[in-house]
Amino acid sequence: MHDSDLRLDGNAAGGLLNEIFPFEMTTAEATCGGCGTTRPIGELMLYRHGMGTILRCYVCDTMLIRITHIHGFYRLDFSGMNCLRIAAELH
Amino acid sequence: MAQQLKWQLGTVVEIREETPKAKSLILDLPEWTTHLAGQHVDVRLTAEDGYQAQRSYSIASPPEDKYLMLTVDRIEDGEVSPYLTDGLRAGDQLELRGPIGGYFVWDARNKQYDGSPLFLAAGGSGIAPLMAMLRHRANSGATVPTRLLYSSRSYEEIIYREELDRLSANDSSLRVIHTLTRRRPADWTGYGRRIDMAMLADTAWSPAEKPLAFTCGPTALVEAVADNLLELGYEPGRIRTERFGPTGG
Amino acid sequence: MAEKFISRGFKGRARETDRALRERIPPGQYETRDFPVLSAGPTPRTPLDRWDFSIYGEIAEDLKWSWEEFLKLPRETFKADIHCVTKWSKLDTVWTGVSLDTLLAGVNLDAQPDVRHLIAYCDGGYTTNLPLADIRNGKAWVVYEYDGRPLAPEHGGPARLLVPHLYFWKSAKWVRGFKLVREDRPGFWETAGYHNYGDPWKEQRYGGD
Repeated sequence: MHDSDLRLDGNAAGGLLNEIFPFEMTTAEATCGGCGTTRPIGELMLYRHGMGTILRCYVCDTMLIRITHIHGFYRLDFSGMNCLRIAAELH
Repeated sequence: MAQQLKWQLGTVVEIREETPKAKSLILDLPEWTTHLAGQHVDVRLTAEDGYQAQRSYSIASPPEDKYLMLTVDRIEDGEVSPYLTDGLRAGDQLELRGPIGGYFVWDARNKQYDGSPLFLAAGGSGIAPLMAMLRHRANSGATVPTRLLYSSRSYEEIIYREELDRLSANDSSLRVIHTLTRRRPADWTGYGRRIDMAMLADTAWSPAEKPLAFTCGPTALVEAVADNLLELGYEPGRIRTERFGPTGG
Repeated sequence: MAEKFISRGFKGRARETDRALRERIPPGQYETRDFPVLSAGPTPRTPLDRWDFSIYGEIAEDLKWSWEEFLKLPRETFKADIHCVTKWSKLDTVWTGVSLDTLLAGVNLDAQPDVRHLIAYCDGGYTTNLPLADIRNGKAWVVYEYDGRPLAPEHGGPARLLVPHLYFWKSAKWVRGFKLVREDRPGFWETAGYHNYGDPWKEQRYGGD
């Protein structure tokens, strides 16, 4: 089994992110706390672990976003991310 | 502010057989607003005991169409795709939400990519969002130079084959290049192998032309295309990928 | 309140369990014949000549084994039923590995009764926490073979922790060491809302259950 079998693009997390944020999130830019790379969420590596959703830097694999949805609560862990830039208005 | 998407019900208007393994669902969605070519929907199925399964499918129809089209590749021991291709009947309802994703989109009206030649690379059912782009491009009368490199297992499994022939026959700015990886007709003169560096070097636009690339399909194919285009000199920000996962194509 | 929409004719994967086996399936679970791979990141691939396993922490002396040394430890082959919090259970899985009792034999736990917790550390950064009482006396192993063959990387190879009486997220893949401590420290999923202990027979899936 290759690693490529286990991951998708961050774009596929668009539906989940839309449940939480009232913004277009797949184009929001994340700065990795591990290597400093800044890329749109759509380009992060998405791991749809059955227990939660994980998005990793595509350069260094640092976990940037972790989301679980349990008993009506979303828990978000952004500790691997330095900065998130979200467009407040759609162009 | 982006709209918070709600689950909505659509009615299956038609189920169209594209190839022996792929079918298109044409859906009437009264609550649909609009979408951009390249976006996807999340489809949710609910069993009688409450069990739910959810999958994402790219929208194959252009924004100009009245109905929404999803093209589904039947995965043999899949949980969702066999239901969509073989379980649904015209008149059934399907629950979905969308459109999702502002990252993997192409809009003919977007001045940001004016003049950038388009390079599209698809494997199997990964053609779906790229077909939405090509249909939208044709509807808009756009003449941006475009090449589609499309990998399928065999001639019979080329999804939208006749429509692609028609689109390229009527448009000198669009070129469609097929590669058949498992079986080829006796008189086949085209490519007969998986997409590799040599094939991309021959078919993709040169980086000097500042092209924009979109690639979609099985994850291994998408990663091979993206890695090779990078090596050919494409800018990372101008290669957009949509991995479909390990199966399909 | 609106009636929930039901997809006509949709059944999903087989979720019926053979009547004879039902008592072995905890509440809310269904049996699978597959072995699903759940992945939170790229599969670690530590070469065996760089792999080692350590036991350390608030104990008198650290222990460490190289791969060769680890394979020389007394091993057991046994069957276990495993239960994943995502609702699948797999019965009669066969493993080969080293009992935690063997690994901990060199640690004088009686001399430090307040060291009651184990934190498992793994390649790739995964962690999970367990009470020491739950991994002693024949309840846990570090395994390196599944079904008679070397444990595949996507299933946690070269070696993973196996604690069958708790939900399978406690059976940490790619395990490299145990830190023995006085104070419990919730791990990767425990800090994300999952239950700190995880007894499938009490359906302790999430915090507060």
